[in-house]
Amino acid sequence: MIVLDKVNKYYGDYHALVDISERVDQNEVLVVCGPSGSGKSTLIRTLNRLEEIDAGRIEVDGRDIHAKGADVNALRAGIGFVFQHFNLFPHLTVLENCTLAPVRLGRASKGEARAYAMQLLEQVGLAHKAGAYPDALSGGQQQRVAIARALAMRPPIMLFDEPTSALDPEMVGEVLQVMRALASQGMTMVCVTHEMGFARDVADRIWFMSEGKILEKATPQDFFANPQHPRARQFLADRRRD
Amino acid sequence: MLELIDTYWLYFLVGQYPEGPLGGLALTIVLSGAALLLAMPLGLLLGVARVSPWRALNVPVAVLVHVVRAVPLLLVLFWAYFFLPAVTGVKTSQAATMLIVLVLFDSIYLAEIVAAGIRALPKGQFESARSLGLGYGAALRHVVLPQTLRHGLPSIVNQLVSTIKATSLGYIIGLSEVSFIATQINTLVFTRAVEVYLVLALTYFILCFGLSRLAFLLERRLQRRPAAQAAGIMKASVR
Repeated sequence: MIVLDKVNKYYGDYHALVDISERVDQNEVLVVCGPSGSGKSTLIRTLNRLEEIDAGRIEVDGRDIHAKGADVNALRAGIGFVFQHFNLFPHLTVLENCTLAPVRLGRASKGEARAYAMQLLEQVGLAHKAGAYPDALSGGQQQRVAIARALAMRPPIMLFDEPTSALDPEMVGEVLQVMRALASQGMTMVCVTHEMGFARDVADRIWFMSEGKILEKATPQDFFANPQHPRARQFLADRRRD
Repeated sequence: MLELIDTYWLYFLVGQYPEGPLGGLALTIVLSGAALLLAMPLGLLLGVARVSPWRALNVPVAVLVHVVRAVPLLLVLFWAYFFLPAVTGVKTSQAATMLIVLVLFDSIYLAEIVAAGIRALPKGQFESARSLGLGYGAALRHVVLPQTLRHGLPSIVNQLVSTIKATSLGYIIGLSEVSFIATQINTLVFTRAVEVYLVLALTYFILCFGLSRLAFLLERRLQRRPAAQAAGIMKASVR
């Protein structure tokens, strides 16, 4: 579904992504983890072209998304993206946040978009907040709305960039629960996260990144029981100590 | 003073109209109003162009902004009135010249307000709009600008108030707006400058203070009912 071929990215002299060649299959839940500054966020942001790449190819469903002249908007409409800082639109209600893109992009009539948005808000447990503005919601609630907003475009792929890192600890669970439900419905997901419990339970595979490289790719069982790379071992040891 | 007002009120309000062109307070109001209506959409466009990623757009606007900001309005008015006709051979009326200069200045200052507002908005707002598949223009229109304009409302009002006051510079090129008329009246009655200019000062004060109170009320209403309506109101006024 997503194929990366020798992807390289630089920030000036800094080599942020080094020769990444990998693939993500349909219905797969992939967790990307690693120390901060390892290139995880950069990597996931290249998948919907929020970041440009300097060399290599990224294909989503067979389309080269970094090709010159590629229709970035159409491509992004098919890839849900959830940000660390939610980025809800503060001037719109929860419901309007979820209907803006489908209506403006002509994917649905106003009525259809509202009905589907309400269904999604129901799923994330926030139908009763449909008329509220984002600043009246807790962080966990905002992130659940952000997930519903992304799902409103009916994307076959969802990307999560540290979706729980900006949350108070007691709100992490409610967001992970929504993500678990999505995974169980067969959504193709790429999640950059530090939540090792989620990775262990939900991920089909884990990529461990450090210094712009994928140092280890493994099933959660292998990764947690028997990490191969010394850095991965170190990373897991640090996590356990927390 | 009452007697003064009693004698000259009509002249003060409309100048020599209907015998001559419209002047006085009416001209001042018409000029400021027209300048605002024209400068708002233009300022919005220039502001958006100023922060756009395309150099062909943002460089010319940046140059224009720096030039206009560094030159007094009065000087541009002189240029427009005396120099341009000499070069182009087309003579524009005082009112049209004043209007053009006001629109130019206003739209540049408004553009800077809009541009600053866009820059101040967290980058995530634009990114999340784009990540949903909205194009550059749609993200600006539906996500960035409604928030920018709302935050920029106090500065925008400031600019509008200073436009009203700037119309008085038309006096220099003989435009019969309200300051010019007041001077005329002063010449006619000769010994009552204090009273004449007190009435003039009061007139400007009522106009400008009235506008800023209006804006204040609007702002308070926006705050009470969060910004969905704000977006609507601003959009309406921008159109």
